[in-house]
Amino acid sequence: MLHTVNKSPFDRNALDTCLAHAKKGSAILLIEDGVYAATKGTASAKKLEQTMKTIPVYALQPDVEARGMKDRVLDGVKLVDYSGFVDLAAEYPTVQSWL
Amino acid sequence: MKFGILVNEGPYTHQASDTAYQFAKAALEKGHKIHRIFFYHDGVNNSTRLTEPPQDDRHIVQRWQKLAADHKVDLVVCVAAALRRGIKEENLAEGFRISGLGQLIESGIQADRLVTFGD
Amino acid sequence: MTESTGGIDMDEETSGVVKKFLYVNRKAPYGTIYALESLEVVLIAAAFDQDVSLAFLDDGVYQIVKGQHTKGIDVKNFSPTYRALEGYDIEKLYVEKESMEARGLTEDDFLVDVKVLSAAEMADLMETQDVVLSF
Repeated sequence: MLHTVNKSPFDRNALDTCLAHAKKGSAILLIEDGVYAATKGTASAKKLEQTMKTIPVYALQPDVEARGMKDRVLDGVKLVDYSGFVDLAAEYPTVQSWL
Repeated sequence: MKFGILVNEGPYTHQASDTAYQFAKAALEKGHKIHRIFFYHDGVNNSTRLTEPPQDDRHIVQRWQKLAADHKVDLVVCVAAALRRGIKEENLAEGFRISGLGQLIESGIQADRLVTFGD
Repeated sequence: MTESTGGIDMDEETSGVVKKFLYVNRKAPYGTIYALESLEVVLIAAAFDQDVSLAFLDDGVYQIVKGQHTKGIDVKNFSPTYRALEGYDIEKLYVEKESMEARGLTEDDFLVDVKVLSAAEMADLMETQDVVLSF
């Protein structure tokens, strides 16, 4: 399953809930305000580092750049553009949006 | 791949409509098909013909219209959600059509993937 | 087209195909419209003979709590509709244990019969679905 998270981890619990339900074999894509979770020095950074041991984490590059976070992206988080988003949605059998 | 897209939020207030549009555009550019774009909750507000956003920013309603015209994309606005929010035939932008929730379920059944964009 | 199918002619392309549809409810009722409008989708979906499950997690568990009296806020109390789901053959209602307990709720607080799943079991359930709708 492809899990998307579009809200900041400091605003909503969507990321935490997503992490509690994403199984090995899934992927997580952070979009919109969700990309803040993938930045260095944040409380969510450690959670993502742990997650990335078993589940790939992606972030939508246009959203990262829009928010001025390009230089702060956590190591290991893969940046994709909208085309990459489409590829991920096609690759995984289902998409679940954690709103 | 055939994608169904669900847009749960209106233009400008949330990024959902923008992200949905960019996703749809990218999918079409890659040669995928869009089964339908279904507008629900405040998403129905993407279909108003009365919008007048500032000239120096994107025109969300027109963008949807162009996508639909260029690629024959089916833009469907939920009738129940639309009536609640005052979207009717008389103020519906061209290129959109009002129909029932069954159209969303049909997309779930007939498309290969259904992607939700919301709050 | 009929009203019960929400504007759809049941044609060959749709009939016969049965997918697992999961409706994920994570938001409380009344503060936003998502709970009500997602329920409206579920009711229309009933006409399509799909394999439907409803999951209530996070604040979504509040949607099915007993004793909702909305006269004071002058908003329609739609909670009885959850009890009508059974009549539409929608019987797979799942509540997440951790969400329920974090909110001081027990199964007795709900106005419908539910199956309580742990987060791990809920994750397993989600993984098996063909279509996941979030509101």
